[in-house]
Amino acid sequence: LIKLTDQQKEFQQLARRFAREEMIPVAAAYDRSGEYPVPIIKKAWELGLINSHIPQQYGGMGLSIFDACLITEELAYACTGMQTAIEANSLGQMPVILAGNEEQKKKYLGRMTEEPLMCAYCVTEPGAGSDVAGLKTRAEKVGDEYVVNGQKMWITNGGKANWYFLLARTNPDPKCSTSKAFTGFIVEADTPGIQIGRKEMNMGQKCSDTRGITFEDVRIPKENVLIGEGAGFKIAMGAFDNTRPPVAAGATGLAQRALDEATNYALERKTFGKVIAEHQAVSFLLAEMAMKVELARMGYQRSAWEVDQGRKNTYYASIAKAFAGDIANQVAADAVQIFGGNGFNSEYPVEKLMRDAKIYQIYEGTAQIQRLIIAREHLGRFKK
Amino acid sequence: MGVLITGTNTGSCERDSPGHVRYNSVSELKWRPLLLRIRVKPDNTGVVTDGVKHSMNPFCEIAVEEAVKLKEKKLVKEVVAVSCGPQQSQETIRTALAMGADRGIHVEVSGKDYETLGPLQVSKIMAALAKKEDAQLIILGKQAIDDDCNQTGQMTAALLDWPQGTFASEVTLDGDKIKVVREIDGGLETIKINTPAVLTADLRLNTPRYATLPNIMKAKKKKIANVKAADLGVNLTSRLEVLKVEDPPQRQAGMKVETVEDLVGKLKEAGKV
Repeated sequence: LIKLTDQQKEFQQLARRFAREEMIPVAAAYDRSGEYPVPIIKKAWELGLINSHIPQQYGGMGLSIFDACLITEELAYACTGMQTAIEANSLGQMPVILAGNEEQKKKYLGRMTEEPLMCAYCVTEPGAGSDVAGLKTRAEKVGDEYVVNGQKMWITNGGKANWYFLLARTNPDPKCSTSKAFTGFIVEADTPGIQIGRKEMNMGQKCSDTRGITFEDVRIPKENVLIGEGAGFKIAMGAFDNTRPPVAAGATGLAQRALDEATNYALERKTFGKVIAEHQAVSFLLAEMAMKVELARMGYQRSAWEVDQGRKNTYYASIAKAFAGDIANQVAADAVQIFGGNGFNSEYPVEKLMRDAKIYQIYEGTAQIQRLIIAREHLGRFKK
Repeated sequence: MGVLITGTNTGSCERDSPGHVRYNSVSELKWRPLLLRIRVKPDNTGVVTDGVKHSMNPFCEIAVEEAVKLKEKKLVKEVVAVSCGPQQSQETIRTALAMGADRGIHVEVSGKDYETLGPLQVSKIMAALAKKEDAQLIILGKQAIDDDCNQTGQMTAALLDWPQGTFASEVTLDGDKIKVVREIDGGLETIKINTPAVLTADLRLNTPRYATLPNIMKAKKKKIANVKAADLGVNLTSRLEVLKVEDPPQRQAGMKVETVEDLVGKLKEAGKV
């Protein structure tokens, strides 16, 4: 299962080289300034490292989820802030790739491959994150248009997107089931009535652009509805089976970086007459970190492979994302520990990793939601 | 790694307009270790290369980039990438293909032969290939960063009796001549040489491009031919024997002195002055 083809190795090499030579040297500066890493994104776009999921007929690479994950892990190794900005493109595009009609795909995926544009997945609200069914943003059909009112929050690429995938409630009846009450739309970001909020200052992944977005009587043409009225919930959730493996890959990349930095340090720093790697307390820590990284990698590879084979991978995708998110936090914190006082300091690279890691237990489905999903899938299989 | 730029099978330079000649060129690619920590083998016969990640020599990358640029300017017809080494050398050829070379030639050399493969044998291979492929331009890296020999380009030119432009930091094709700006100890030297010729790339010649993802995919369709040194009539036997490889001596602790007189005194004591 885990033998890479020559082409996959080449993709991985390209991404690794780009990450180490272009991203790592500037990552700390972008973390301090919070500035959106436009030059990095542009260069990655030129090399074909972004928009890998877009099918070839719309100008994309049409890569498998597995291949995309290989690239994602390498970029995340360098900086998950930059990598999240890039990954948000995949998340925003996924509903269109899965559910768009020919015109929608040509129009909205095509433009992403013609110039380095960003898009965003616009679902979360101030009052509803995990509870997607609790979304309050309303879309009302008026003639040939839908008029949208509401507020979205924590939208990655919110201030940089050219278009959004938007999920809004089209059926106001509270008794209507979630599988029929919501509609997915493609919304041009310059549509009148869209107010983009300020850039949020977050704990980590600081160069990524996260914002609140207000919709005030925003008019969307009916041609921009994905599939049809009421089909939105399933589309929004279906995207995750394809995007959770790459997110798990990102967390794995961060964990691998933390492990490498800690190992390097442990082989140089001396205490009590020897390098600290020779003290069992430290070598055991490193061993456990290594275990977690290897298993997280196998987790995302399995979940990516499953969906590439055409099978429903929800169970594996949730496991991969939950596990990778959790271990990324543990490994990053352990890396800081191994660095000791230096680890707490911003001149050393590991405190950034610890701050960047936390969000992996929150976005793309919280650690708790993943457990709900895994339990449901597991018990469902058991009962069969 | 050199870039063999080759052209038609009839082999002569084509002129498609006054003063504009189309070339075929070849580059030789060296696959060498991506070094992290160098360790001498316990038997002192060399350094440990097993399990060490290898990649294309940086000067060879610059050579490939130059060849691809010449092709993009339509000054050469075809770029052929050549590498001599074990199976894994094919990876470096594929990288060159992804950067824009048209096809590759892998001269398979493995085992004992590979351990003793040196500039003389490689230059004999390059000379043979240049004749076989009817190349008019050979571009190599100035030296490999594992052995730092800096000999292959010069030897290849000598074997072919071709002019050479080594340590090139700027290359301009000018009709059937090549203007080369060379980096030398005293500064920069500009020479004009006839073709066919051998060039070796120095650091500032260009900045190698990344192979883009689409180009990596396109490169799969490009061909890599397999050739044996014997087929080219080249004897790989080395005339050199490595007697010993040692670590450099461990750095000794220094000594602080108070005055210049003390310093001179200590140097005299140690017999250094």
